[in-house]
Amino acid sequence: MTELLRIENLTISSASAPEQLLVKNVSFALERGKTTCIVGESGSGKSLTALSVMGLLSDQLQRQAGRIVFQGTDIAGWNNQQLRNIRGKQIGMIFQEPMTSLNPVLTVGYQIGEGLAVHLGLKGAVLKARVASLLQQVGIPPERANSYPDELSGGQRQRVMIAMSIACEPAMLIADEPTTALDVTVQAQILRLLDDLKTRMHMGMLFITHDFGVVADIADNVVVMFRGEIVESGSVNEVLNNPQHPYTRALLDCVPDVEGSKPLKPIDYAWLKTGVVA
Amino acid sequence: MNPTSDQHILIACGLNKTYTQRSGRFGFGNSKVKALDDVSVSLRAGSTLAVVGESGSGKSTLARCLLQLQPLDSGEVMFQGNNLAKLSGHALRQERRHLQMIFQDPFASLNPRMKVRDIVGEGLLIHEIGSPKEQLDQVVRMLERVGLKTADLNKYPHEFSGGQRQRIGIARALVLEPKVVVCDEPVSALDVSIQAQILLLLKSLQQEMALSYIFISHDLRVVRHIADDIAVMHKGKIVEQGRVTEIYAAPAQDYTRNLLNSIPGRKPLAA
Ligand SMILES: Nc1ncnc2c1ncn2[C@@H]1O[C@H](COP(=O)(O)OP(=O)(O)OP(=O)(O)O)[C@@H](O)[C@H]1O
Ligand SMILES: Nc1ncnc2c1ncn2[C@@H]1O[C@H](COP(=O)(O)OP(=O)(O)OP(=O)(O)O)[C@@H](O)[C@H]1O
Ligand SMILES: [Mg+2]
Ligand SMILES: [Mg+2]
Repeated sequence: MTELLRIENLTISSASAPEQLLVKNVSFALERGKTTCIVGESGSGKSLTALSVMGLLSDQLQRQAGRIVFQGTDIAGWNNQQLRNIRGKQIGMIFQEPMTSLNPVLTVGYQIGEGLAVHLGLKGAVLKARVASLLQQVGIPPERANSYPDELSGGQRQRVMIAMSIACEPAMLIADEPTTALDVTVQAQILRLLDDLKTRMHMGMLFITHDFGVVADIADNVVVMFRGEIVESGSVNEVLNNPQHPYTRALLDCVPDVEGSKPLKPIDYAWLKTGVVA
Repeated sequence: MNPTSDQHILIACGLNKTYTQRSGRFGFGNSKVKALDDVSVSLRAGSTLAVVGESGSGKSTLARCLLQLQPLDSGEVMFQGNNLAKLSGHALRQERRHLQMIFQDPFASLNPRMKVRDIVGEGLLIHEIGSPKEQLDQVVRMLERVGLKTADLNKYPHEFSGGQRQRIGIARALVLEPKVVVCDEPVSALDVSIQAQILLLLKSLQQEMALSYIFISHDLRVVRHIADDIAVMHKGKIVEQGRVTEIYAAPAQDYTRNLLNSIPGRKPLAA
């Protein structure tokens, strides 16, 4: 059991309204070879938490407090130059919105190969073969390396991001809703691919998702966020089968069933007694 | 389910669309992708037709072609008896109001320099629906129905989370009270509570205004709850089509069976 990442008391606000906290006192740890899923309300701070690990918060936001300890070193205060050496190489990231993080004027093959060239010094035929193999692994025909992002479908773009993020076999992968645009068969293929990296390379994974089916399939641990705070965390079994916090219980109650017999019912926040002040 | 008639509001016949790749510098030659291969679908008035299928099978292409946002190679789309391709200028703009789309990639489809009030209100302005005051009221009402706040009116898209942006796109499409909405993965970025809220909203608007939906989704649990009919796409073709209840109970195609069997959380991950 070796610790890969520890987040301590992470607190984020917008720069213009420092008293309004978007992320409050978030702390949790991730071990090598394990997967932690972050679930929770839309707008509860999941993406901001993930982005701050990579030092990628936008200028309008500020980290007010908190330590981000990656492989024993606090990287929270690192500058861009220092972070660039570990981004892509030691920490891979799949962003929630592929189109905003892919460069529209470069082919996807070039973009997948970039990290391999920069970090591992691959070039020429070796580089090309490795890019082709990565595309194959995410289920895209290798000749699509030629395509530009706007020539791909939503799910293909998402898979290009996945290929980019795992190209250098990073020690840790941060995946922000990486399979929302994938049908269940391709999703299963991707989850197996990530699971394989986890067992083979002891990769640790921070995985944000709204899909509790996916959580049940891949998580070791689960963190539940609500209004900027962690309201519950524990093993996947504890959180899914014996949720303690009223929000977690209410959220799990909303998961639709495949038979279509359970009525759709959103959470009634007026009745939800959470102890978390809005 | 929904009070649907057998009258069809949107009928698409023999749609074909092939993309030609620009040739890149990565060393492979030019290639063609057949995204729609003789696709025919029809949408019953007041009903919901789900389109499901593999990533890259042509669903978003179908969505864009149905609404004439992208040219077809061949095929016809009839909306309330009118061939959309034959309408031009004013007449097409008139129909546009009744044909709305919720896009798959919310961020790419929201103008970063516009405030939420203008993004959601733009259609009302263009189609001159109501006074400025009424338009603002409508925008506020719709934002509330999708779980956003009045305080969000003056914010820009980048100030929102992924799921909040998706809801801005939903509000923009629904505020016009259209007749047909093509929803491309409308709830995939939402937590299950907001997801239920949006699905109920779509259903109640359907009841109030006899709306018809084409609902593209990867989530077969959601499809089961929202759709009356389902079309399964595979490599640009529709391989199976019919009532949701019947196809879920007895899928005829291997591909459909495989989809239904792969719903996550129902079986352990095995290689
Ligand atoms: N640049 C910004 N300026 C101001 N507020 C922001 C900014 N970016 C995000 N926020 C706010 O911070 C909160 C947390 O956002 P975040 O993107 O982390 O949510 P999330 O949990 O990832 O939600 P989702 O599931 O919808 O993606 C949201 O309420 C959002 O509106
Ligand atoms: N502008 C384009 N140029 C070239 N090929 C394209 C273009 N747009 C889409 N394609 C290709 O056409 C096929 C169908 O794409 P489409 O976006 O319709 O798929 P989809 O079913 O919506 O997939 P997803 O579920 O991943 O969003 C894909 O193979 C895609 O790569
Ligand atoms: Mg997010
Ligand atoms: Mg699509």
